[in-house]
Order: sequence, then structure tokens, then C-alpha cells
Amino acid sequence: MVKVTVDGIPVEVAAGSSALQACEAAGKEIPRFCYHERLSVAGNCRMCLVEVSGGRKPVASCGFPIGEGMQIFTDTEVVRRARRAVMEFLLINHPLDCPICDQGGECDLQDQAFGYGADHSRYRENKRAVTDKYLGPLVKTVMTRCIQCTRCIRFSTEVAGVPELGGVSRGENLEITNYVEKALTSELSGNLIDICPVGALTSQPYAFSARPWELKRTDSIDVCDAVGTNIVMQARGASVLRIVPRINDEVNEEWLADKGRFVVDGFRRRRLDRPWIRVDGKLQPAGWQDAFATIATRLKGMPGERIGAIAGDMCDAESMMALKDLMTALGSPNIDCRQDGAQYDLSRRDFYTFNTGITGIEEADALLIVGSIPRQEAPVLNARIRKRFVDAGRGGFPIAMIGAPNADPTYAAEVLGEGPDVLARLAAGALPFAEVLKNAKKPMVMVGHGALTRPDGQAIAHACWELAVQVGAIGTDWHGFNVLHTAASRVAGLDLGLVPGPKGRDVAGMLAGGVDVLWLLGADEFPIGRIGPETFVIYQGHHGDAGAARADVILPGTLYAEKPGTYTNTEGRVQQAFRAVMPPGDAREDWRILRAFSEVVDHKLPYDTIDALRARMVRANPVFGQAQWARSGTSDTTGPQAGNTPVAADAFRPVIADYYLTHAVCRASPTMETCSGIYVHPANQAAE
Amino acid sequence: MGTLSKAARSMLLSELVAGMGVTLKAFFKPKATINYPYEKGVLSPRFRGEHALRRYPNGEERCIACKLCEATCPAEAITIEAEPRDDGSRRTTRYDIDMTKCIYCGLCEEACPVDAIVEGPNYEFATETREELMYNKDKLLANGDRWESVLARRLELDAPYR
Repeated sequence: MVKVTVDGIPVEVAAGSSALQACEAAGKEIPRFCYHERLSVAGNCRMCLVEVSGGRKPVASCGFPIGEGMQIFTDTEVVRRARRAVMEFLLINHPLDCPICDQGGECDLQDQAFGYGADHSRYRENKRAVTDKYLGPLVKTVMTRCIQCTRCIRFSTEVAGVPELGGVSRGENLEITNYVEKALTSELSGNLIDICPVGALTSQPYAFSARPWELKRTDSIDVCDAVGTNIVMQARGASVLRIVPRINDEVNEEWLADKGRFVVDGFRRRRLDRPWIRVDGKLQPAGWQDAFATIATRLKGMPGERIGAIAGDMCDAESMMALKDLMTALGSPNIDCRQDGAQYDLSRRDFYTFNTGITGIEEADALLIVGSIPRQEAPVLNARIRKRFVDAGRGGFPIAMIGAPNADPTYAAEVLGEGPDVLARLAAGALPFAEVLKNAKKPMVMVGHGALTRPDGQAIAHACWELAVQVGAIGTDWHGFNVLHTAASRVAGLDLGLVPGPKGRDVAGMLAGGVDVLWLLGADEFPIGRIGPETFVIYQGHHGDAGAARADVILPGTLYAEKPGTYTNTEGRVQQAFRAVMPPGDAREDWRILRAFSEVVDHKLPYDTIDALRARMVRANPVFGQAQWARSGTSDTTGPQAGNTPVAADAFRPVIADYYLTHAVCRASPTMETCSGIYVHPANQAAE
Repeated sequence: MGTLSKAARSMLLSELVAGMGVTLKAFFKPKATINYPYEKGVLSPRFRGEHALRRYPNGEERCIACKLCEATCPAEAITIEAEPRDDGSRRTTRYDIDMTKCIYCGLCEEACPVDAIVEGPNYEFATETREELMYNKDKLLANGDRWESVLARRLELDAPYR
């Protein structure tokens, strides 16, 4: 620790800190544009000037290293004049178009010009104009507004790992550009919008829709992947207008994947807003009572084992608990939350969670990825891997992948092979990477659903665990076995036991004619066409997608923005979201629908409030009562069950075919449709 | 003085005569009342009456949907929704003023960076129903078109003091 004085306030900061960090530690606000905590220091905006004892001129505090006993002055006449002058220079070429700028109201330049700038301009000459660049369908550019802070260049190069932005020309003529007319190929491109301190990069789908002061902010959790990204839903009236990330260093730092951010325009489209009943092969609008009565009639006298339920990938834990309790009350052991047919050993929680933790990635020193493309399955987590990769320097964090030979993971990863047979060769020490894993102090093995959804999924998980034990990845202080989930509801579903009971049938068994009544709780991602024609299907969900099209009764449920809910991310971290807007029409919170229906069939569920339901969840699994998640090691190195199917040799297949269209909400979103056309199926786009 | 003079003044009706004198003076002065609605009083160029949305001389609407008027309105009488127009420019798709909420403070006019929303000289817009006082964008633009020459003149007269 180094002792410095900021405006007479003594503070202690870590050695190697910058003067700006020392000022922040002292509670002094330093204006800045180019400096960003999570990016490298550029020092080109000069807004953060401070005076330092012994110096003859003001210094840029963001890049100025502190020394013992240094005195920093942030509020002298020299500093104030310097800031005013810098601001005047920045405003020379910045257009005064705040009224039509989407950044207006949340603009760093606007705020700081108000706080530190002069009250008028002395510039009478013509301002510079810059042509706008095309960065794809998500990011809108107005390059005349750019102040060349280069945050976007550093973000795309360092965090997103797609060095597609850069600067051309010098001085006043410097332009940020992607050199060629091409959409940014990053799943994190939406963060450029947040990171741009001015209105040069703004959100294309949100263009001109609202001002920041009109929006009501509600904390929520993203359910488009299993990372559990902390988000803020910003709503006006009855609709959520945009989603921005919330800072949580434990999970997402301050990033949010594009799907989670831009899916918002699917929230109000293709919604199920009233119950429907299929009469003579055609869905007819109905009331709640009629819908419940129809289901109750159908269930009358039905033995429990002929009833089944499947929970979808975006469900909150509350509704899954209610579904499980309802099925238990009806005497049905057929319940499943694994639409993709993934296999897990549920005897221990660390067999199906990301035990190293997302922050743990920053300590790891070797990584083996098995059957997963984290860039698509969890872009924010992939950014954390890349962060570790960049911080560790050349060779500091060796990464190897099994499967996905053509995926660009945004970091250097050695592809060891395409199928799980590589695991056996690794275990036998036949590959050089086995040595790397062995020598690593904190190695990580990450199993994705490309592996777990195969028939031999459990055998692969077992092999990965054995390999992890063999290389010393599992101990009391480090747990290097990780399962990367793709479904936001999965871990909560497994924790609550939404898996077939004794003699129960899983999804495949239910589809193979094992049930006569099938209750789908937001489940669209399984082969719906394989449901038997005689099966009576109840679809409870929010969007009119594959499941609703097949349903005999539709019960309108709620989207994650419209209900308070608990979600467990791939680490097993339990997080809560709040209600941002009210559901449309007759739609109701999912657990309330199940609770109301239970009364119709005389199996009243024992909770009337969400608090009582949450207490029930804690009784079902105490993890839902834990306030904090902490990673922990284990001394028990007994691996998960290997299952009955031996490891096959076929290559791993990616779990995500189209990153932008993975669930019902994004299939209802025009923005996601456009993205899919541009990024995933560019050939079709060109043909049109 | 006392009782005697008081009685004398009362007998001679001096107060009445003085009052009649004032009346007589006013009788020969020009009339202060006007024959409304055939005659109207003089209005200051700053008079704040019925709202109007103005256009540029080329017919392009001035309003750019910056929402500053909506934000500043103390009565929350203004509602705006915006989206990009086909040519990419920022325009309102909805610009409503609830004239029953409006308190005619003129802050919207002051907030407007492009002199689009103005309060004109018209104060004769009474209606038979409340609904007619919910102005929408078409109504406001029509007002602007109708009053443009007067509005431009008023702004010009007031410009030196802004």
C-alpha cells in the first residue's frame, strides 16, 4: 500500500494504482471520458487533469502512477482552468444536437460540460463532419458526435475479442471505423452503446423511443442464457423499452450479451394474453374458468402416471416448484425440466454446477472446454475467460477445446479433437495438453451441453470428472469441475427435483406415448412434433410459439419481466428478479395459475403468497434460502455416475444452431430476426 | 367646525356634487370598455394562449421529439412518442396536449430548442366537450399553419428580450 494525500485527505491505495484511483479512494470526483475501469488506459481525452506536488504542469491522472507521499490536488485554479480548456476543445467539433441525440440525459459529455465547462463557446469556424459507419443492425452510429476517446476500440479489442474497430488518420481527422462496411461480429456489441460516453454509438432498435428520465427502472435477471446476468429493465407505461446491464463483479461485471439486451422488442409481440381452448381442431378464445374446467374434465379419472409435465428454459423457480407440487398432488412421477435431454448425476450439486465460479476463472491457470462453445452459450462468461487469457499474458492461461473446430472463441485455444475419445487420450497422457493440465495449479475442466445432451452424456461427465481428479483440479480449496448450462431455469429445476421420479418418464419417454396429458410450462425447445396425436397438451406460457401451436388448452402466463422470480445461474447462484411491468390482458403469474388450477382439481397447493411459496422452496432445497453464493471445494473426489451408455466416438455437435433465435421470445423479436439474417444466415440475406 | 359644518355640508350635498363631478369628467373621456367579441383588446407579444406546432417555411415540421417540453411541463399535460421517420430523422408519432391540464405557464415554449411548440395569441378556443380539449399533433400543426404569420411576428418582436 502506498500513502498519498488528495486535497489534504490522506488515503492508502495499492501500489501501482493511478492518481485517478487514489482520488476516487479519497472520494473526489474526477471527470473523464477515455478512462474506463475495465479497459486499458489510453490517456487521450485529457479531462482527468490534476495537479501533483512537484509537477510544473497538470498531469492526466488516469495514467499517472502514484508514488509514496505524493500530494494530489484536484480543485486548484490551475486544474479548473485546465478542465475548462479541455472541455472547450472537446466541444469545438462536437455538434450541439443534444435535442435529437439519444444519449441526451445520460451523456457524460453533457453532464461534464455542465459541471466543468464554460458557459459559452468562442468557436465561430465550421465544425468537422464525419460520415456515419455501418456497424450492423444493433449499433447506430452518428460519428460526428465522436470525441475519439477510443473506448469502443479498446472494448472490442480487449473485452469482446473481435478487433474490428480502429482509428484512421490523425489529430482532428481521426475517425473510428471498422475499415470495411461490415456488421460487428460480436455477441457483446451492445455494450459499445453503454461504453460510449457520447451519442456516437447508440442503440439502433431503441432509437428515439424514450428519454432516460421517463423510464422506470427495475432490477432483474437475464434468462436468455444461464449466466444470470444482472440487468435493469427500463419501462415506460406498460412496456419495457430497453434492458441494460447492472454492475455485478461476481457475475457479469458490467457486460450484457446482445440477446439479453435486444430481445426486448419481442416482449409485446405474439403474446398469449387470454386462455384458448381447442374446439374441433381450432383454438377458440375462452375464459379462465372454462379453460380450467376443460382440463379438469380431461384429468378426471386419469391415473397419475398418464400425466406428464415439462418445464421450459426460461421458467422461474417459483413456477417450477408449483408445477412439481401440482404433479405430485396429481400422483404423477412424470416431470422433467431437461427439454434437451441432458443427463446429469443429481446425487451431488457439484456434479451439475459451475463450481469454479465465474470469478474463479480469473484464478485458473489452464482450461479444458469439452463440448461447448461458450462464446455462443454464455457470451458474458466467455468474456471472463478472455479477460483471464489477456491478463495472464502469452502462454499464461493455456486453453484447449474438444469439439467445435471452426468456432472462433475470441482467444487462442488449441483444438484437441472433435469427439470425446480425446478425453481418454488426455487421461492416458498421450497429448501434450495433459502435461499442461497436470502442471497447472488451478486447472479447470468445463463440460458443455454439446456433451451432456448426447446419449453418452453421463459417461462423458464422468470421464471429465476423472480427468479433473487426475490433474488435481478437485480439492478442498479449488473445484475445477464445471458444467456450463445454456438454460436459465435448469439449475433451479434440478435443485427442486424437476426430474422423473421413481418409474417416471423423462421427456423422451413422455413423447414416446408414455402420457395422455402433457403440461408444458413454457416449453418450446423440444421436438413438439413427436407428441402423440392423442395426447392432450396444456401449454402454459407467454409466447405463441411451437408449444402453443400444438396445445389443446393455452393458459397465458408471464414473461420474466412481468413477475417476481428466482433464478439460479449455472454456478448455482440464486438471484431474484422483480416485476417491471404488468402482464398483458388476462395473463397471470405462472405459479398463481398453477395454484388456482390446483383448487379446481381439489388438490389445493398449500401456499397463497409468493413468500409462502418461497418458504416452500427453501424446504425443498435449502440453497434457495442462502443469501450469498460462495464457491467451495470438496474433499470427496468420487465422480458422478457413468451411466449405462459407454462413451461413443462421434464428434460433438454445437448445442446452439442460431445464437439469435434460441427461445420463444427472441423468435418473436424483429431485431433478433434481423440479426439472425445478417450474422447466422448471411447467404439467405444476400439471396433475398 | 364640528357638528355645525358637518350639517352644512350635508345640507348642501357637497359630496354628491363632487361625485357627480368625477362622473362628468369620465363622461367626456374615451370609453374603456370594448364591444367584445366585435372588438378586442391589445395583446402583448408574450401573451400565452392556445398552443401551436410550427413548421419551417419549406413545410417541414419543426418538432424534433426532444421531449424537453414534456419534461419541463409542470402540469404533465404533454405526451410525446417518437420514432425514426422513414428518412431516419427524429420525429414525433404522437404529440398530445391535454388543454384541461395545461396551466399556460409557457415553460414548453421556453424549453423548445427549435421554436416548434409556441403559445399563440388565441384565447378563444372554448369547447362544448372536454374531449375537444385533448389536442393531438394534427390539431396543433393545424393551429400552427393557421397562425403562422402572427406567431412569426410575435417571436420577432420578443426576440430582443430573449
